[in-house]
Amino acid sequence: MGKRFPREELLAPGHRGCAGCGASILVRMALKAAGRDVIVVNSTGCLEVFTTPYPETAWRVPWIHTAFECGGAVASGIERAIKALKKRGKFKDRKITVMPIIGDGGTADIGFQALSGALERGHDIVYIMYDNEAYMNTGVQRSSATPLFASATTAPAGKRSKGEDRPKKDMAMIAAAHGIPYVATACISYPEDLMKKVKKACEIEGPAFIHVLQPCTVGWGYNPEDTIKIGRLAVETGFFPLYEIEHGEFRITYRPAKRKPLKEYIRMQKRYRHLTDEDIEILQKYVDERCKLLGLE
Amino acid sequence: MVTIGAIIYEPGSTVRNKTGGWRTFRPILNTEKCIKCEICYIFCPEGAIYEDEEENFRINYDYCKGCLICSKECPTNAITRVREEK
Ligand SMILES: Cc1ncc(C[n+]2csc(CCOP(=O)(O)OP(=O)(O)O)c2C)c(N)n1
Ligand code: SF4
Ligand code: SF4
Ligand code: SF4
Ligand SMILES: [Mg+2]
Repeated sequence: MGKRFPREELLAPGHRGCAGCGASILVRMALKAAGRDVIVVNSTGCLEVFTTPYPETAWRVPWIHTAFECGGAVASGIERAIKALKKRGKFKDRKITVMPIIGDGGTADIGFQALSGALERGHDIVYIMYDNEAYMNTGVQRSSATPLFASATTAPAGKRSKGEDRPKKDMAMIAAAHGIPYVATACISYPEDLMKKVKKACEIEGPAFIHVLQPCTVGWGYNPEDTIKIGRLAVETGFFPLYEIEHGEFRITYRPAKRKPLKEYIRMQKRYRHLTDEDIEILQKYVDERCKLLGLE
Repeated sequence: MVTIGAIIYEPGSTVRNKTGGWRTFRPILNTEKCIKCEICYIFCPEGAIYEDEEENFRINYDYCKGCLICSKECPTNAITRVREEK
């Protein structure tokens, strides 16, 4: 019988990710799509910490840890080194993908400049932003990818605050503004869509940026078994639309038959539990406007 | 001993760390009910679901952390759950 998904496991079990962690699900899928000829660049964050408790590693592909600020720069250097070695006859017929897999904090905040430089210089990399919408590894501090009204330890909901007071920074569109050949959004609850995008990103010459939403049981506050369900609701409500921009051409890759009310997504998560129905209405309007802009009814 | 550059020479060496002890609930996969849709396989955060020689899906309890995503997502309810007895 034909197999739906490749069977090779390039992320070993025994890693220390929380039960139900969406980041490890993302990595399994991304590596199944990309195959063995990948070099992963990983800035500090949950993924780095839980996959490499020294002297152990869960990775079965080459992997390098970088400081927060320089994921994009390290990836650029590796890509140029491979190019130079190829000129000298090494790795002749191999297409080696340099794949930074870096959190929202490491991407949208602290590593932002290095990322922008790498995209602007046109390095042939596949940059995956794994987005759990806060600094999870250090205890759920807000990042610029934390969505409006979500509570975080540095933007706590309380008497005078509804949590985060700024909308989520739109990293996919910021990446697209660099004029790179491939940009996409993806979510772990849609494995075929995600894997197709990773494959495409590997094949395309030049920079590719994939923004992946990845529910986090600890930071978002839900039962581990609901990781996939919550990701699905993020997409079905239009909170996180799935699209790609290939050589400038925008295309929605998944269109919900009818968008679900945002409330269904919000009410499943403790980080939003302080919100009233009126607050959720404000968020709903915001989502509606964004969907309209993207051509999602 | 720390290696130069903190290089780790053994890929996938976390397999030494059996995470099965983390479980509160144990998922149980009923092969009779399984239609081999691969959904549990692709969503398991541990890669703890595998195919045996007969191409039946099984759960590796050495590593399964008991998140129950597989049980929740299985379209035929082939994966049930029981509390672990310690
Ligand atoms: C320059 C610098 N500042 C702060 C830290 C502390 N730190 C380590 S991991 C982390 C959070 C990373 O957040 P993100 O990139 O979103 O990844 P996540 O942990 O959420 O997966 C922080 C703040 C650091 N390692 N380096
Ligand atoms: S805190 Fe969240 S992202 Fe980090 S390991 Fe746990 S579930 Fe995964
Ligand atoms: S999700 Fe259920 S039906 Fe599908 S392969 Fe797993 S056990 Fe079988
Ligand atoms: S309970 Fe979680 S860890 Fe265990 S097999 Fe199912 S999906 Fe994998
Ligand atoms: Mg994060």
